[in-house]
Amino acid sequence: MFDLAAQGSQMSAVLTLSPLVVGFINKVKARFLRRSGPPILQPYRDLLRLLRKETVLADHASWLFRSTPYLVFATTWVAAALVPTFATGLLFSWSGDLIAVIALLGSARFFLALAGMDVGTSFGGLGSSRETMFASLAEPAMIMIIFTVSLIAGSTQLSEIAASTLSHYQLRVSFGLALIGLAIVAIAENGRIPVDNPATHLELTMVHEAMILEYSGRHLAMIELASALKLLLYLSVIACIFAPWGLATANGDARAFVYGVLAYLAKLAIGGFLLALFEVSTAKMRVFRVPDFLGAALMLGLLGTLLLFVSRSF
Amino acid sequence: MPLTIALWSIAAMLALAGVVAFNQRVDATRIVYGLCFGFCLILFCTTIIPRGAVALTATLPLGLPWVGAHFRLDVLSAFFLAVVNLGGAAASCYAIGYGTHEKHPLRVLPFFPAFLAGMNLVVLSDDAFGFLVAWEFMSLSSWALVLAHHENAENRQAAFIYLMMASFGTLSLLMAFGLLAGSVGDYSFTAVRAAALEPWKSSLILALTLLGTGSKAGLVPLHIWLPLAHPAAPSHVSALMSSVMTKVAVYGFIRIVFDLLGKPDFWWGIAPMTLGAITAALGILFAMIQSDLKKLLAFSTIENIGVVFIGLGLALAFRANSLGLAAALAFTAALFHVFNHSLFKSILFFGAGAVETGTGERDIERLGGLIRVMPCTAFVLLGASLAISALPPFNGFVSEWLVFQAILLSPSLPQWSLKLIVPAVGVTLALSAALTAGCFVRAYGVAFLGRARSRAAAGATETDRWSLSAMSALLGLCLVAGILPSFLIDTISPAARQFVGGRMPAQGEIPWLSIAPIAESRSSYNGLLVCIFIVVSAFLAARVIHVFASRKVRRGAAWDCGFPDPSPMTQYTGSSFAQPIRRALGNVVFVAKDHLDMPTPGDMRAARLGIEIRDRVFEYLYAPISRSVGFCADQLNKAHFLTIQGYLSLVFAALVMLLLVVAIWR
Repeated sequence: MFDLAAQGSQMSAVLTLSPLVVGFINKVKARFLRRSGPPILQPYRDLLRLLRKETVLADHASWLFRSTPYLVFATTWVAAALVPTFATGLLFSWSGDLIAVIALLGSARFFLALAGMDVGTSFGGLGSSRETMFASLAEPAMIMIIFTVSLIAGSTQLSEIAASTLSHYQLRVSFGLALIGLAIVAIAENGRIPVDNPATHLELTMVHEAMILEYSGRHLAMIELASALKLLLYLSVIACIFAPWGLATANGDARAFVYGVLAYLAKLAIGGFLLALFEVSTAKMRVFRVPDFLGAALMLGLLGTLLLFVSRSF
Repeated sequence: MPLTIALWSIAAMLALAGVVAFNQRVDATRIVYGLCFGFCLILFCTTIIPRGAVALTATLPLGLPWVGAHFRLDVLSAFFLAVVNLGGAAASCYAIGYGTHEKHPLRVLPFFPAFLAGMNLVVLSDDAFGFLVAWEFMSLSSWALVLAHHENAENRQAAFIYLMMASFGTLSLLMAFGLLAGSVGDYSFTAVRAAALEPWKSSLILALTLLGTGSKAGLVPLHIWLPLAHPAAPSHVSALMSSVMTKVAVYGFIRIVFDLLGKPDFWWGIAPMTLGAITAALGILFAMIQSDLKKLLAFSTIENIGVVFIGLGLALAFRANSLGLAAALAFTAALFHVFNHSLFKSILFFGAGAVETGTGERDIERLGGLIRVMPCTAFVLLGASLAISALPPFNGFVSEWLVFQAILLSPSLPQWSLKLIVPAVGVTLALSAALTAGCFVRAYGVAFLGRARSRAAAGATETDRWSLSAMSALLGLCLVAGILPSFLIDTISPAARQFVGGRMPAQGEIPWLSIAPIAESRSSYNGLLVCIFIVVSAFLAARVIHVFASRKVRRGAAWDCGFPDPSPMTQYTGSSFAQPIRRALGNVVFVAKDHLDMPTPGDMRAARLGIEIRDRVFEYLYAPISRSVGFCADQLNKAHFLTIQGYLSLVFAALVMLLLVVAIWR
């Protein structure tokens, strides 16, 4: 029963925290640019406003267009529920490993890219096409990073990876390569600067926003919530693999859980701050420079894996 | 007993083919396909009975008089028999509806049961002679089916190239069996298995087998016939060729290399692994740029065969190093993928056939918006696209996940060459898995979503019930195999134990129906739970929002940043969708160039954008061969116009040559 409560609190925590992270990042970015910026709670207000509004559907939209927001939200949420946030070894954590988490995000993207093509406009197709190109480089890079990390830990389960990192932490070359690669992949997958700009509505520079251009009302709210969840998920994955300190274990007591939650909040704050700092200090790159950027992540992942195949001590 | 029933059903299929060929009844379509469906079901049932590693054998007084025809049903042939007949039954059921659209049914009807019988015989035969005869029978009957629409010149050329490649493959296999049987010439597999081989012989046999079965399965660079021949045949035959016949080739490879050749050397795995990786990447990149729906599917078949061969290569490498568990995992992953691909590729080809009958078009650039006019087909194909893109909770994900788990075990291989090759194979596999999703987003999005690009697409009609039921049944199996993979893994496990000498832990005993190939602490996946989670949370979210927030909907024109264009021509097309991939990866693999012809200002002609794609394999491998064959033919042609003295001196020279040869030989 306690297990079930822990799992449930983890699922609701990621759901409620994710808009906060987005608001926090926006706030930090605005501060860096010497603006006061919107309040941290603004994303919640946006979501509620969108939820209350009516939905405007294009004449040509099919059932796929209408069901995609819920499917995207559901797959992303399930993926986020499988990632340890404040505690490892939760009730359902073994029902999917890191590869399954990435594949679930792949399902969400599959539906979103299809929805972009459903209305039959040129912008939707443009977004889907570019998103597909990014994904076809980011996903293999992510798989190679997973290989690197799980060769070190001897497992693809995130809970086990965290435990192994905690039990014998040592500086490794491959670990560093994986960290850089994972950061690049996370930036690309979440459509942040320099790959994509979540704030833009300038036609030729948008990728993710072009894909969801036709969405409005509650459908848009679902998609926005899903992308906030995805950002939180990537931050949690990075925290869980590379900084698993403070994670509570499944059989721990209440105090460990409280510490876990506090440590998790601190990690999110640091991660969000670093992301905002990175975003204000770089410019968006041309679309056809992105394959080079992601190719670097792919090569880093491959190099890490190769080093570990050669010797376990790298 | 099951083997007897199986042989009788095959005989009945052959008899059916004969009766149709001689009876020339045009209206027999439904009866023939119905009977084929029945026979396939019976054959499928015969595979369920043998349990354990006991093999059933039978000998019939056919074939070579001193050998006889041997048949054997063991765990491996039972698995492939099930794959063949599941595909066969689905194709027959589909054809009950689809086959009635055939203009000249008698060009298809007699060969269809013969083709099915040929594939079944390959899987069951237990001597080299019978195997080769059945193999050639399978090739020739499918060749006849490719020629069914021979009024089209393209199809004739496709059939010719197919015939060439099939003959080449059979020749390689013939030589492989010749070496296997040795100087004694005992062609039964039992004798071959018992014989010991010198190392050079077994490596030569490995190479010949890879050529022979690879040319049938579609391994790069022997794949060129496949994207030509598979689209040329009627759709139910394309489905059979793509999803089943390539698997029979995989069976041939496993039978010869894992069973007959004996204990492998460590480097045996390298060739199938690297070829598999190259095949997977090249196949999916080519699929990405096709606009013919069936050609796209044929290229994606090549990709999946690559994945299977990666698994088999890993299994060989592990087995050579006596890593039983890892070998069993890789072998299971390969067979699991064989099963999966036979399911979803059948659905996709059936769907392509339904689109073709509904609209008369196969070119995705002239389709669009089919989700409104063909809703059921669109729904089933969406599921199949998810499955082939290796996305949970469908079955494609499970087999690719198993392959990844096998790759993660390979640092324990002691050889350096393998240590360097396996990560490269892994990255290629990951790349092709990601590209597959993009490829099917493109195919499905352009053909089924958006607005209709032609009148034919706007006025399409839904396909018939037989076709739909065949497709939906297969999709159901895809989902079941995806959420309950443990049963399938346990079914493959006896074959793994027999052929690679190791077994995975029994998956059926793990609680909650999840799978854990090595140990639960290492990796586990539960498709059922993931599927339930997704469905429940999607419904929950929709329900909560509709009840507590808003459920109002207004229809309006598309927004499109304020500039919607009513012409469907302004939509993204298939080639524009593939442009980023073409630009980012295209020049590495195939030479893809965009030519822009922009008229000077004042010139009234239209601007043109052309795409030029050249296949390097064809250019650098097949074109020189074909040129040299042509050159030799031209040179030999001169011999037709000699004088009588010339002919006489040729005869004399030939005689001297032969005498010399005999003298040196002695």
